[in-house]
Amino acid sequence: MAQHQVNYASTAGLPIALTSVDKLVNWGRSNSLWPLTYGLACCAIEMMASGDSRYDFDRMGTIFRASPRQADVMILAGTLSKKHSEFARRLYDQMTEPKWVISMGSCANTGGMFNTYATVQGVDRIIPVDIYLPGCAPRPETLQYAMMMLQKKIRKESANMNKNTKQDLTHQTGKRARLI
Amino acid sequence: MQQVPNKLTPFFENLNFERDDNTMVINFGPQHPSAHGQLRLVLELDGEQVVKAYPDIGYLHRGIEKMAENMTYNEFLPTTDRLDYIASTSNNYAYALAVEKLLGIEAPRRAQVIRTMLLELNRIISHLFFIATHALDVGAMSVFLYAFREREYAMDLMEDYCGARLTHSAVRIGGVPLDLPKGWIENLAAFCDKVDHEVEHTYEALLSQNRIWRMRLEDVGVISAEDALNWGCTGPMLRGSGVKYDIRKEEPYELYSELDFDIPVSDRCDSYGRYRLYMQEMRESTKILRQLMPMYAKSDSQLMAHAPQYISAPKEQIMTQNYALMQHFVLVTQGMRPPKGEVYVPTESPKGELGFYIKSEGEPYAYRLKCRAPSFFHTGLLQEILVGTYIADVVTIIGTTNIVFGEVDR
Repeated sequence: MAQHQVNYASTAGLPIALTSVDKLVNWGRSNSLWPLTYGLACCAIEMMASGDSRYDFDRMGTIFRASPRQADVMILAGTLSKKHSEFARRLYDQMTEPKWVISMGSCANTGGMFNTYATVQGVDRIIPVDIYLPGCAPRPETLQYAMMMLQKKIRKESANMNKNTKQDLTHQTGKRARLI
Repeated sequence: MQQVPNKLTPFFENLNFERDDNTMVINFGPQHPSAHGQLRLVLELDGEQVVKAYPDIGYLHRGIEKMAENMTYNEFLPTTDRLDYIASTSNNYAYALAVEKLLGIEAPRRAQVIRTMLLELNRIISHLFFIATHALDVGAMSVFLYAFREREYAMDLMEDYCGARLTHSAVRIGGVPLDLPKGWIENLAAFCDKVDHEVEHTYEALLSQNRIWRMRLEDVGVISAEDALNWGCTGPMLRGSGVKYDIRKEEPYELYSELDFDIPVSDRCDSYGRYRLYMQEMRESTKILRQLMPMYAKSDSQLMAHAPQYISAPKEQIMTQNYALMQHFVLVTQGMRPPKGEVYVPTESPKGELGFYIKSEGEPYAYRLKCRAPSFFHTGLLQEILVGTYIADVVTIIGTTNIVFGEVDR
């Protein structure tokens, strides 16, 4: 009888498309992105500048939080050293779902000019990244643009969190992966 | 109980805390909004009082000194931006000056004027950043917003000159790459007036007599002159303890011997005295900038030193003269080869004595480059001055040391 049995909890797919709910949830999520103050190096100064009087990040609903428990976005601003990488992963794990990551600056994207024994050659080796922001150091306008791109991305996502869990992608096969 | 290193306590394995009494060990950083980058402190607390502090550094170690050994002298210059990234030009300049001394060349007059201007502008940028973050740490959010407002004007000036906001690379070995753009001097004069006005009417008006600010800064982070000297403090940290020592006066470089300015000193030895000192230094910087403006007008237009062996000729000569083109080709493909020898040149960066030691074997690459950064010594000082203070004062003391992790960890 039940040919299309759906396990709502595990398979993540609801039988009906909740378009209006998606829109409402995504409207809320994308307009109140709270980043973690995670300044690592030079880019942190530009991250601070973008939160300040001239560039004023607050008008985009972006308020910096000091605790990963309260944050939605991790802006990895600066060089990630190998010594620090463990902390970066731990802070990412401490953030509550849904969460996004912006890799700010060349160092965070690829290691940048620091191709040495001490630096991680791109934070995507440690945590999944949503937006790569080039520049050394990127200007505050570009960080705001990256945030707008992230908002755009969030608005396209489904409100159902399970579907968006990025790190689970690799473990999924078949129907589930196609859904995503 | 002596801590035994094991897999369950991996972060304390290098540390030994005597924990016979009722003390608590807490971790501060490396991700902490008041840690000024990636400082990690392990604090042992007795109630609210710090019994022992252990600054853990190395979270921003990028191997910059090692990189210098594999790069030609000109290639390495942009890397120095990333040392003290709040005042990039002071690093560029300290490095360029050390290489110039190694080569035995001197920048032409106009380049010297422009460099000194940029150095003092960077000092103002750095001091504004200090007051912004220090006030934010202590709880005065509006000062942060005001100071960043003025800092943006200074960044505009830097951007007009070199095109970059943060990582300037505005100085070259042997001079500066560009002349000042049209109208820059007028903008600078307006900026100087603005800084003088804002220092007096905004920051000092908001903070100096502010009851909370005074309670949180007075007699906090006290460093005696003897301690400051013993721990290798320089810059405002040393002058804030009553020692009148500034490399701009002790060993003048660039145009500082011709300029008329004072070295502010504070005898208070505490954070409040240091805050007053920073404010005073910004006034001195604008005084220097005002003196430099007429000097610029009087100088002739040469920007790079004439040393064909080390420095490429101006663009017109490269395009018209065969020999200049050949020199340029060799310098670009192989890099300059300074004579054998070693050199150490100290400069007064906004944070203290910044010096580069370079050992040359006559190759295009430095055999060894060592950066003497002031923040490193001030970080070491934390283990001395944090002991006995309360946990709430820890961020005040970190703020007052004005450390930057780019140059601590290098």
